[in-house]
Parts: sequence; structure tokens; C-alpha cells
Amino acid sequence: MAAQGSILTVSGLDAYYGSAHILQDVTFDMGAESVAVVGRNGMGKTTLCAAIMGLMPSFKGSARGSIKFFGEEIVGKPSYRIAGLGIGYVPQGRRLFPSLSVDEHLRMISGRGGDGWTPDRVYELFPRLAERKRNGGAQLSGGEQQMLAIGRALLTNPRLLIMDEPSEGLAPAIIENLIEVFRQLEQQGLRILLIEQNLGVATSLAKRQLIMVGGEIATETSAETLAGDPDMQRRFLGVEPLAH
Amino acid sequence: MVPTALPRPAVRRLSAYDVLRRLPLVLTLLGLLVAGIYILFVTTPLPLSGNGSWRTTTFGSAIDDPVDFAKTFLDAITFAGLLFVVASGFTLIFGLMRAVNMAHGSLFLLGGYIAFDLQQYFTNAGGFGLEQVDAWEWFVPAIVAAVAVAGVGLLMQQLFLRWTQGQELRQALITIAVSIILADQMIQHWPLQDSLAWPSFIGPNNFAHIGGVEYAWSRLFILGVAIVIGIALYLWLQRTRTGMVIRAGVDDRNMVSALGVNIQRTFAIAFVVGSALAGFGGAMGGAFSSLAPGVDGQWLLNSLVVVIIGGMGSLGGAAAGAFLYAFVFTFSAAYLPTSGLDCCTEYSPIFTFVLLIAVLALRPLGLFGRPA
Repeated sequence: MAAQGSILTVSGLDAYYGSAHILQDVTFDMGAESVAVVGRNGMGKTTLCAAIMGLMPSFKGSARGSIKFFGEEIVGKPSYRIAGLGIGYVPQGRRLFPSLSVDEHLRMISGRGGDGWTPDRVYELFPRLAERKRNGGAQLSGGEQQMLAIGRALLTNPRLLIMDEPSEGLAPAIIENLIEVFRQLEQQGLRILLIEQNLGVATSLAKRQLIMVGGEIATETSAETLAGDPDMQRRFLGVEPLAH
Repeated sequence: MVPTALPRPAVRRLSAYDVLRRLPLVLTLLGLLVAGIYILFVTTPLPLSGNGSWRTTTFGSAIDDPVDFAKTFLDAITFAGLLFVVASGFTLIFGLMRAVNMAHGSLFLLGGYIAFDLQQYFTNAGGFGLEQVDAWEWFVPAIVAAVAVAGVGLLMQQLFLRWTQGQELRQALITIAVSIILADQMIQHWPLQDSLAWPSFIGPNNFAHIGGVEYAWSRLFILGVAIVIGIALYLWLQRTRTGMVIRAGVDDRNMVSALGVNIQRTFAIAFVVGSALAGFGGAMGGAFSSLAPGVDGQWLLNSLVVVIIGGMGSLGGAAAGAFLYAFVFTFSAAYLPTSGLDCCTEYSPIFTFVLLIAVLALRPLGLFGRPA
């Protein structure tokens, strides 16, 4: 397992879009274990990702507070520096580049992080991408797009991978595949901060579950507790209880 | 999710909306047809005595005078080459930075003047217009002008535009301010009309003979340079990592940044290349026609129209826009009626805006444009 101690420490994080106060005093600590952040739509989950990645628009939005990655303050750093420190980002909706082919997505980034992930290793991890090297990002199926978004993030050689709704819009069989890949990556020492609405995915990947309501971390619980507590699911997530 | 089928009317009527929607296409095709027939068959040259009529044009119809038609055709293609060089720089900057650089025309003119001064210095011409010079006396000034203008562009980007990203209106106002300041300074230093001389091997007395048509080498040279620059830009954007980052940045620059790429450096590179193209274009334009106060505004307008026609941020669009613009501009100058003293060839610039309106009516984002 990876070293003990904090990987990511978020304390007193506030984020605004104009005058809208989206994140309110968000505080949590992430150690060597993967963490899932769950919550309904519009609760600030994606804004949390944007704030960590330094992607709050500087003109219309801002983030205040402290985010430490391996002890280093990253609030206020440009996002390419944050990515360079070792945070990989798989955004909601994948955000692939329509002008680039699959291969170009990977070659564009490779070589920047020294040794570690290479396009060839990504193709090994996702053989389906290798068959679609020349295709454009928009011509892929949803699952392939997600694989490419993950592969692209891996090429930055991250120590922490932030994934925002990776299961969104994917068929159950493909989600199963992805969970398998995430487990594999975890075994190689990568930590995952998972933002999810799909409770099945969230609870099968991370023991620690942070529940976000109205821009705050309302409570922390464990995967077992959340999966086994239909009341809690209804109250915080507004979903029908998880079927077993 | 299963899309629910909307109930369809049993009989589909042609509504007023349908008619209106197709109107731009119909009008455009009709206009092209009329213009084509007019140029090919209808017009006649000015009679030896008496006034002309609505059919009177400078050369007469293409059937009667194929040589002048071919020359007009070549004029259009070569003018398109110069337009492409300047507009591709403009579209590169806009596509990546979403910033309309309103000083692009000033960079063009500044490049032309710098090249002019250098050429005067090298040839000891002392302010006199030259007929022709040695090859290096054109190329060295042109390249130095491109580099110098790239430096000015980089300075402008680093000093002003870097801090105002995403604020299109402020950036437009800042670059307009820069263009006004540059224009005044240029009037101070170069108050008159100046022209560069072409290298002796391409002009002005050297003509190529293409299938019975005598044509100036200098204009073909412009076309050649434009093709070389176009291919180089294409390869740069398609094959190199910087090119991939630029294309990705046009799509989603925040995402590029979140992948650990310093997009600021890429912005700077794009600005340097875009400005250099304006500067080099200025050196070519200064030999193609002439440099004078006001030419900056004209070339800003040229670049804007070409890039709006082609679609902002697209290299292929800049090429297509340059061709369409050049063809409409050149052919309307050559084939509008010349029946009176004041009519009508000087109205040819209006037709470039007719082209603009037609393209925007058919494709609101330009021919190759994509939503931001």
C-alpha cells in the first residue's frame, strides 16, 4: 500500500460563481484510501473538482480556503501546475477534443511526465482504444470515450485521479469493466477521488463515502453503511434504495 | 431513455417558415447563376464611340475575351494567397484565444513599413521607389519584419491580453487602442505612400507565359509563398505536439490545462506565429500594392471578413474564405458595368459584403466554423 499520511487535505474551501456561493466550508482529508463523494445534482460536486484542479474561472468565479496535496498548497496555482504535481482529472462529460484523434489525445500529453505511462501502456490497458487509434474523439462509443478520458489523465502520471461521474451514461456491463480497471489501477498505487451519483459504483470502489448536500460535506459514512441504509440514501441522495 | 415520437401532422404543409428558411439558398444560387451568365456571355467591351450600357464592362464577356478572363481568374487566386497569409494568422490567434485581435491590420502595416525601411537601408535608395532589387534585399527585410512584428505581438499579448482572458470586449477595446496608437506612430514616421520593390527575378518586368496568357511573376510568387505557408501551417498543426495542443485548446483550453499543459505558453506561441504571418504578409502586401495610412484598417477588415466567411479558428476556413473573398472582390471589380464615369466598378467592395451576408445566412458560423 501507499505511504501513510494525507494525500489531499481540503479545509475551509469556499467557491463562488459570481455572487453564488457554491461550496461552503468544505473540509475533508484523504489518506491512502480512495474516497467517493456522492450527492444529488447541483450539490457542488463538479465545482469541488473544478476548485481542486484550479479550473474556477478567474473572472467570474473564485475559490478560497486551503487545498493541500502531499502537504503543498494548491489553491491559486494554475491548473497545469496542479496537474503537474500529480493530480489526474477525468471530467464530467469526458470533455474529449473533437478535433483530435484517439492517438493524438494520448500523444499530445505523453513525454511530459518522464517515464511512467505511455500511449502504449494505455493501449494495453484499454485494447479497444488501440483498434480506434485513428478515430476522432466524437466517433467513439460512450464507454470508449470514458476509456480515452481515463487514459489521457493517466498519461500525466498522476498520484491521485479525480473522476467526475465516470459511469454517467454507460451500460452496466461497461461500468463493470471500468470498475475492474479502477481496482487494477488502485493496486498499482493510484488513489482515486470518485465523484458519483451511481451509488453502486461509488460503494463498490471506495470505503469512505462523503455525502455532499448544498455545497457542504453533510456527513461521512462507509460504503457498507450507505449501501445498507435505504433511509440515508433517500434523505441525502433522493434515490430509490439500492437493490441487492 | 427512449425518445418519444412526436405526433406528426397527416399532411405536411409548406409553411411560411419553410419558404423563408430556404430563401437565402435560393437567392444565393440565383445570384451566382445571374453573375455567371453575365460574365460568361452577356457583357461587351466599351464601344469605340458613344456611351456604354448596362452590358458594358472593362473586358467584355469571357467568351469574347478569354485571355482577360483568365488574367482576372489568376488575379483572384493570387490575391487570395495574400489574403490567406494574413487571415491565417488572424484565425490562429482567434481560434485559440477567442480574442479578436483588432490590431492585426496594424501589425500588417508595421511589418510592411519595417521591411520597406530595411530595403531602403540595404539599397541606399534614400526614399526613392525602386523598380527591383536583389533577392536577398527583399527576403531579408521581409523575414526581419516578420520577426520584429512577432515581437510586437508577443509584447502586446504578454502585457495586455494575458491578464484579460475570457473578456472578449475588453480585449477588443485594448487591441483597438493599440491599433490607434500604432497607426498614429506610423503616420509620424511614414507619412507618405511607400512601396517595396520585388526581387529582380520576379518582377516587375518578368512575366510568366501560361498557355498564351502573360502574367506577372510577382503575383505568382505570392501564391507560391501562400501555398508553402499553408502547407507548413497545416503540417505544424497536424503533426507536431504543439499543433495538437493548439487544436485541443481551440476545443477546450481549460481541459488542456488540466492535463498539465501550460496553455499560456501555447497562447504565446500562437500569438507569435499569428503576428509573424501579419508582418510577413505586410512585406508582401507592401510590394503587391502599397503601404499608406489607412491600409491597416483595410487589412483588418479583409482579415475579419475572410475569417468570418471561413469560420473562426479554422485554417481550412481561412483558405476557403480567402478564395471566395478574392474571387468576389476581383471579379466584381473587373465585371461590374462601366457605363458611366462613376459607375460601377468602384462599388466592388460592396459585393464582398453581399458574399458575407449570403454565407452567414446559409451557415451562421462560417463555412468551417464550429460552436465555441
